Amino acid sequence: MDMSTLMQFNWGSMMPEFIILITAVALSLIDLFMNKKKDRTMLVWIALTGVGLALIFLFLQFDNGVVSILNETYRLDSFAKAFKLLMLIGTGLVLLLGLPAPDELKQVRGEYYYLILTALLGGMMMASSADLITLFVGLELLSLSSYILVGIRKTNHFANEAAFKYLVSGGIATAITLFGMSYLYGLSGETNLYAIQSAMTGDIVADNRFLVVFAFLMIFIGLVFKIAAAPFHMWAPDVYQGAETPITAFLSVVSKTAGFAIILRVLMVPFVFAPGTGKVITPDGMSYESLLVSVRPYIGIIAILTILIGNLIALRQLNAKRLFAYSSIAHAGYLLIPFAALSEMVFEVVWFYLMAYLLMNIGAFAVIHAVTKETEDVTIASFAGMFRRSPFIGIAMTIFLLSLAGIPFTAGFIGKFEIFMSALGTEPKRYFLTGAMLLGTVLSYVYYFGLLVQIYFRPTDKKPITVSGGITAVLTIAATATLVLGIFPSTALTFIQDYFHFMEMFNR
Amino acid sequence: MTESYLLTLLVFSPLLGIILLCFMSPKHHSIKWIGTLSTLLPLLLTIIVFSLFERGIEGVQLQQSHTWFELMTSISPNEPYIISFELGVTGLSVLFLFLTALITFLASFTAHRMKDGLKGFFIIFLALELGILGVFSSENLFLFFLFFEITLVSTFLLLGRWGGFHKERAAFSFLIYNGIGSVLLLVVIITLFVELRTTNITELTLMLKDTDSLEYLSYDARMWLLVLLVVAFGTKLPIVPLHSWMVRVHVEAPIAVVMIHAGVLLKIGAYGLIRFGGGFFPEQLQDMAVVLAILGLINLLYGAFIAFVQTELRALLAYSSISHMGIVLLGLASFNSAGVQGAIFQTISHGLIAALLFLLIGVIVDRFGTTRLDELGGVASQTPLFAGFFLAAGLASLGLPGMSGFISEFLAFLGVFKAMPVIGAIGVIGIILTAVYILRAVLAVTFGERRPSFDRKADLTATELVSSSVLLIMIIWIGVYPAILTSTLGTIGIGG
Repeated sequence: MDMSTLMQFNWGSMMPEFIILITAVALSLIDLFMNKKKDRTMLVWIALTGVGLALIFLFLQFDNGVVSILNETYRLDSFAKAFKLLMLIGTGLVLLLGLPAPDELKQVRGEYYYLILTALLGGMMMASSADLITLFVGLELLSLSSYILVGIRKTNHFANEAAFKYLVSGGIATAITLFGMSYLYGLSGETNLYAIQSAMTGDIVADNRFLVVFAFLMIFIGLVFKIAAAPFHMWAPDVYQGAETPITAFLSVVSKTAGFAIILRVLMVPFVFAPGTGKVITPDGMSYESLLVSVRPYIGIIAILTILIGNLIALRQLNAKRLFAYSSIAHAGYLLIPFAALSEMVFEVVWFYLMAYLLMNIGAFAVIHAVTKETEDVTIASFAGMFRRSPFIGIAMTIFLLSLAGIPFTAGFIGKFEIFMSALGTEPKRYFLTGAMLLGTVLSYVYYFGLLVQIYFRPTDKKPITVSGGITAVLTIAATATLVLGIFPSTALTFIQDYFHFMEMFNR
Repeated sequence: MTESYLLTLLVFSPLLGIILLCFMSPKHHSIKWIGTLSTLLPLLLTIIVFSLFERGIEGVQLQQSHTWFELMTSISPNEPYIISFELGVTGLSVLFLFLTALITFLASFTAHRMKDGLKGFFIIFLALELGILGVFSSENLFLFFLFFEITLVSTFLLLGRWGGFHKERAAFSFLIYNGIGSVLLLVVIITLFVELRTTNITELTLMLKDTDSLEYLSYDARMWLLVLLVVAFGTKLPIVPLHSWMVRVHVEAPIAVVMIHAGVLLKIGAYGLIRFGGGFFPEQLQDMAVVLAILGLINLLYGAFIAFVQTELRALLAYSSISHMGIVLLGLASFNSAGVQGAIFQTISHGLIAALLFLLIGVIVDRFGTTRLDELGGVASQTPLFAGFFLAAGLASLGLPGMSGFISEFLAFLGVFKAMPVIGAIGVIGIILTAVYILRAVLAVTFGERRPSFDRKADLTATELVSSSVLLIMIIWIGVYPAILTSTLGTIGIGG
């Protein structure tokens, strides 16, 4: 490959990634050469500017069609754009959370910000990659950055424990995914997702149908680690508790979004035409059902287990961060439902719910962050009398909690409504999935409303909560957007319709 | 057309009060009056709606409709799922709207006695009113559900913050039962939506009546949907054994909330059963009529028996409500015009009577500080006016001829006897029991040994007197001249 071929590539389509990369590198250099004692708040602003610029360039790309470069390993389609948008917004909000209050300027550390950016870069690559190799590189970039971010407080033993657990279980999950991918490569001889897709209709695959199913399940099981779904959910409570709150918010939102992006991409694209195990009778005689149909029960079981485990254990949590860890496990379960139902709305529904989830969850973690400032240990009781202490935070938290519980006039409700639609609107109707979601929702009322009880009913003698401008901004943005998406969902729904054509993901 | 926005105006009119209150200092002395005045506005608007509503015309009136949002999939972008913001009233809902606005207005006075957190109380109280008004004027199931959830959240907050000693337990009990009910309702709504692609109530009624629609929803599917609806609305009504939350709410909630709860909120259950259960799945409802009738009978007798042994006035009235709601179920199950009309009469009549009874219990709590029957007694000589009203309310509740309770029970039983004589005959026992437990309670409070500690307790104040009189007049008016209801209702048959 000489220079001229290299220049022919449409590098512009990678502009958002380049900006994030450059910002991350610049931040690390500035941090290195800057006077150790100097205030590092400037770094946050640089990182925010980078994310903002990347967002602008992403928006400029919205009207482009599918662009595929670098020997078809990198692909910019609606799916990639949609998920990158979520990740960039999520990271922007997390960075805002990290803006220090005036009394804690000395605590700002540079590595914190460029590691978030490299993690984001990994996530963006995952959304855009069309090849198992690049996909894996993106996955690892995200994972390695997150491991360090979790353990960034070197002297805190909770953080150390969390980082260690995260690293070990993450390693196991990655190994399982890779193992599954090796079967995929063995069967098709390709690493490109679209090449695998066409190889899947061949004879070798038809003779080894069970191996394909096995490969699918291995990849899936390994990848659920990223979205904290059962059986790989155990890390979430410990890691969420041990990490600093903005990092927790990052893991629960951006990392999870990236996880869903990769699950949808790597499991839908190669396997869409693959034959499954069951036989069906078609007009042309006997044939095999689609693989995605065969594996539906397994995804369904994982979704149901995740919902039940998350909601049931959340009921007994006294630590707020652990509670939200289990709540986010439960939400991962809800998000798996459209996929398990194989609904035709799967992309729209998952995207909208992730958007809603991003807003309400970052909002909730922003509130936890505000409360953490006084006590390291955030119990449920530390929410007591929050409305008295700070009406603004109290009301914002109410909006987030109602949205998480799926109460109308919030984004969470519309999202849940769509998920229910995806489960009931597909033939045959998925009654078990609907039932699990129904049970989960009612169970979740108990702990979300339990927090409301603390906020409004319980007395407190603590002083008013003071928050940094960053947290105030995050709370305002998240609460407003949650309400807007709940009351005027058409804003987001028409946006999806106008700019995202998810089906183009399947075509080479 | 100003008229077409009338319902929107009505539904969102409590918002004015909410916004006003938000900007007031919590200590301000006029908060309670602002609160009350804010409930007057919806009352006036319902009166306008009531007068504009043309009697004798079938179907939905004062309709308005705007597309709200569309759900689209990339596979079939040309067939969006459309959700509209649609309001409209039928004869049935007009009556409930009026009942809501009236009872809320009267209940707001009883809240004046409360000591703490009046600002917050009235804000949520008005939100509750907004929810109920919305429920009764929705022409769209999706909208109905949204407003239904507002009542859920606001009742939870009112109960958990301003309730009695076990308030949080009561609040969570309420939340769980009603949460399950509302999620089941959501499943029904979504199933109908994905199958028939609309959530407009009238359209759904017509489409489901059409025999061709059987290809969308089989008979069995409809039966299941109906069962879900019965559970969802049966929790609200409540149907035994789904009633334990409701007793807790009656015992723990502040009086103003209980008035609304017993007076209107429980009626959402009946309204839903009639409008959706009967409207969408008449055939299936008819097939499960016997089950409904037996459930109604259990409600009627169980409620009456348990009420008979209660020693606490609020719990007694809670079980009495359960018993009275049994008659609603019986009337519905009879499946003839007399029975259904009786059921509707009963919901409205019980709403008025329950509101009156709890208004008076509010007086008892305020003056005598207890609602235990063994600690009360002999108040007739100390507070004669109160005793008179309490007796009248009791008589209305047991179905004295000339009052609304009588005409409703009469019609309901007329229907039941026509359709299921045996069940009717057993049900009559319930009527006798009602007389026994009501008289026992009323007599225990008003007559008996005079207690010196109750001397010099004030009788009804002017506001209380006027509020009780208004309710009592309505009760007697309906009892003497039931045509006031029938003319508005029009020909309500199940399925219409």
